[in-house]
Amino acid sequence: MKSSSTRRVLLASAGIVALAVPLAACSGGGGSSDGKVEISYLTQSDDANTNQAKALIAAFEKANPDITVKLETQPGGTEGDNLMKTKLSTDSMNDVFHYNSGSLLQALNPDQTLVNLSDQDWASDLTDDFKAVVSTDNGLYGAPWGTSFAGAVLYNKKVYEQLGLEVPTTWDEFISNSEKIKADGGGIAPILQSFGDTWTSQLFVLGDFANVSAVNPDWAEEYTANDPKAKYVEEPALAGFTHGAEVFEKGLLNEDFPSMTNAQAMAALATGAGAQYPMLSATISAVQQDYPDNVNDIGVFALPAADAADTSITMWQPNAIYIAKSTEGDKLDAAKKFVAFANSDEGCQVQNEGGSIAGPYVTSACTLPDDVPDLVNDIQAYFDSGKTGSALEFLSPIKGPNLENITVAVGSGITSAEDGAAQYDEDVKKQAQQLGLEGW
Amino acid sequence: MTTAVAPTGAAPPATRSGRNEPKRKGIRSPYPSWFYIPAAVLFIVFFAVPTFASFYFSLTRWTLFDVQFIGFDNFVQFFQEPQLVQGFINTFIYGFVTSAAKVVLGLALALLLTGPILGRGYLRAVVFFPVLVSTIGVGLTFKALLDPFHGVVNNILGFFNLPEPGWYTDPSLALLTVAGVDIWKGVGIATLIFMAGIVAIPHEYFEAARMDGAGAWSIFRNITLPLVRPATATVIILSLIGGLREFAMIWAMTKGGPGFSSDVIASVIYKQYQAGFFGLSTAGNVILFLVVTAVMVPVSWFLNRREAEL
Amino acid sequence: MTVTERITTADARKLRGGRRPKEDRRPMTVRRWIRKYLVGIIAIIVSVVVFILPFVFVFLQSSKTSQEAGLVEFSLPTEWLFWDNLVEVLQKNDYQVLWAFLWTTIITVFSCAIMVVFAAMVGYVLQRKRSRWNPVINFMVLAALIVPPAVVPTIWVLQGVGLFKTIPGMILIEATFGLAFCVLLFRAFVATIPKELDEAAIIDGAGPMRLFFAVVLPLLKPVIVTVIVVQAVFVFSDFQNPLYFLPGNDYPTVQLGLYNFQSQTVSQFNLLFMYILLTTIPPLIMYIFFNRQIVAGMTSGAVKG
Repeated sequence: MKSSSTRRVLLASAGIVALAVPLAACSGGGGSSDGKVEISYLTQSDDANTNQAKALIAAFEKANPDITVKLETQPGGTEGDNLMKTKLSTDSMNDVFHYNSGSLLQALNPDQTLVNLSDQDWASDLTDDFKAVVSTDNGLYGAPWGTSFAGAVLYNKKVYEQLGLEVPTTWDEFISNSEKIKADGGGIAPILQSFGDTWTSQLFVLGDFANVSAVNPDWAEEYTANDPKAKYVEEPALAGFTHGAEVFEKGLLNEDFPSMTNAQAMAALATGAGAQYPMLSATISAVQQDYPDNVNDIGVFALPAADAADTSITMWQPNAIYIAKSTEGDKLDAAKKFVAFANSDEGCQVQNEGGSIAGPYVTSACTLPDDVPDLVNDIQAYFDSGKTGSALEFLSPIKGPNLENITVAVGSGITSAEDGAAQYDEDVKKQAQQLGLEGW
Repeated sequence: MTTAVAPTGAAPPATRSGRNEPKRKGIRSPYPSWFYIPAAVLFIVFFAVPTFASFYFSLTRWTLFDVQFIGFDNFVQFFQEPQLVQGFINTFIYGFVTSAAKVVLGLALALLLTGPILGRGYLRAVVFFPVLVSTIGVGLTFKALLDPFHGVVNNILGFFNLPEPGWYTDPSLALLTVAGVDIWKGVGIATLIFMAGIVAIPHEYFEAARMDGAGAWSIFRNITLPLVRPATATVIILSLIGGLREFAMIWAMTKGGPGFSSDVIASVIYKQYQAGFFGLSTAGNVILFLVVTAVMVPVSWFLNRREAEL
Repeated sequence: MTVTERITTADARKLRGGRRPKEDRRPMTVRRWIRKYLVGIIAIIVSVVVFILPFVFVFLQSSKTSQEAGLVEFSLPTEWLFWDNLVEVLQKNDYQVLWAFLWTTIITVFSCAIMVVFAAMVGYVLQRKRSRWNPVINFMVLAALIVPPAVVPTIWVLQGVGLFKTIPGMILIEATFGLAFCVLLFRAFVATIPKELDEAAIIDGAGPMRLFFAVVLPLLKPVIVTVIVVQAVFVFSDFQNPLYFLPGNDYPTVQLGLYNFQSQTVSQFNLLFMYILLTTIPPLIMYIFFNRQIVAGMTSGAVKG
């Protein structure tokens, strides 16, 4: 028993020492000291975001020696969503933070929680599409960080060349291309799906939205107002679900689609084991990291509509940097400078160097560098011909929580397309009621 | 003649087990009530108060920024959740399967590991390994190992020309697969608790029984099993509550899929929480609490009644 | 010698021999040999396949390049980057993982200490004292096990007492959430300590404090050890609570670091698994190191009439 009491003493003294450490290390929150203003900047904790943030902070501090910026990180994804809301509602948010735009921003109640930045210089450089997704009727709240990106079909150009295929502009052409790949490809998977990461199953539905808007430009508004014509069980929106079911029924998917992960799918696409993959163009950064030599083998084309005249590419708007309303005085000025810096020449340079360029910028302050991945040029072509549309989450605040599960079920043949669409229409009712929208 | 009056501090006669001890005036009980106070303070401040506050919020539509009282609408809406029935069924299956397996396997392993066996120290450590790994880590690892197309397990099965099931991609298997991984991870704790219970049985009992010529099975049934009852009760209660409430493992491996086939109440609630329906998910938590309590109170009462008093 | 001392000394003398009493002096028959060696070997083989194989996988993943690890296959790496990955993970964010270990360990140690003492007190009185309140308290313990914590109201409480985003606040939170489990275990095991012992001590003149701390608590060693082990693991691997109640990078915790290697568009699976390996090894070493003490703790001091 003697050894245990010795150990107990050791443990106790270690504990006392350990307790002293946080008390000693606690230097209190940031404030102004010796003329310097300190603000804190919150971003997501994954590698790409942290490195970019560090670069931005370094450049900013160099240009503004009287301001220091403290970096804080937190998980992204849905844990992050709730953390954001929790922090804002308990007044414990950092001075400046980086987050999504569109419906996720609306969920933060920006009128109550964020600083209105519509009077800032950089606000006039923004595209109208982007302005719409960082504003409410009462103000504009964020400056863009990063490029926009497309949700469309990524394809391996080499495979297309090999089999003499052309980029499809209608859905039927897409299917016939895929069938040719299946017949003559020698084992290449025509269409990749990766249900191991359930969120990827939504692309057939979400990436089709620009086409829906092309057919009916008011669809998003009608959807938000619970118009019975604007439902997923009706065309043109039903197409998203029927497409997902069709490719499964025709056997055009990779054999291991139920468990394949997003990373594995990108690997297959980059190496040519898979020919086409409905996905966000932002995932090109995975290829840049793991298969840098194959980056330019990948191109992108919009998910085709039934009619070639309607085929448009669906764009996701970039994230933005916001200022919490709890930031005041000197810190508020410093924060505004920081946000403006992000969209200045130096800020754009940081974005070009570090970020993953996956589409055009949404501010005229930044220009794309010359060495962008090829697919960015593909996307630009759609902009040049005016065939773009924003994704639904930027035009309507409604998104049901179960879409992923439903699209996996439809894409695996467990549920029929019509049933899936009906389920999703039911699902969004909750969200609409939660948001207190009229007409639901 | 003066009779000596017993001083009030005298202890009561130590005859019976004290259960029917009459309360004597002035005798301070050796079991002071103030022992409850430290724990009670923590419990009330950091648990009871927030929980009651949240019960209020379950009656509201809550976006964290606005609160709107809507009475029982959240509860109604929760019960209208289309996948709810399946979710309840899955919850019960998951809870009872994992609990039963942990109890049986835990006890079996504990018996094995408290007897004479080669490499006992190593085995004890190894059985406990999985408990130490984070659930996310376990989930990711097994997702890879059980991958129906590339995973090691199916590769080995295929090598022996055995069927290669879609472990977590087959809707009818997914829930049980996750339950299996949960058992893998959690059996170590059950084993530990059972081991503590078994070694608490004085070995004189075993020697006496052996001298009477009892066989191994008879010893187990008549000595080990009854005397390990506190441990059994504890393991049943803990694993059943844990199993009925389980969320992390299911989320890490299948997110309730494929489709909704491995959805349990806890993951339904989490999806609502993720989507920002804070009032609704709090109502869901209230419902989950009521359901689990409805199961646990009879179970716990039953177990405590049959507890052997030593 | 008092009655109490006589009883407890008797057991202690058994142990003062230095090791546990030899359990089985019976001759080694064939049956017993089979049990000890054959079953043992089978058990070892099964344990390797069932328990060790997954760890081999984690180890292999952590030695690969990001490209290979992204394929998530059970294969040998083409180049062994174990050391490189290890260094990279350690250095990430200014050695964040080391700080995370420090803070998580502090939180674990202190919350376990609080939990054990407070819960033992409650479980002991709950089991011994017959009172009208007992069913209520039992129900509250059960409820505490079932109800998940309400995040936002708890944050308000923490802010109210000024402990939000602090280590002491986190310690108290973890201690509170673990209380129910500990009370359950203590209550069950106090039931196995005969009341005669209490009464003997009282006859010897022990007051309530001495009765508890000097007589009962030492006899609860098996369950104290079990509780500490189980709760330490739980607190150490908890990621939800630090996520909400200790956000920010001032006091990183171990599990939250996993998020550094994952994002929607690009993840580094090799570093992720290296991180998993790193965060599993120290508790494992602690467990192996203390295994002997744990076993000794479990087999000591149980007094049966």
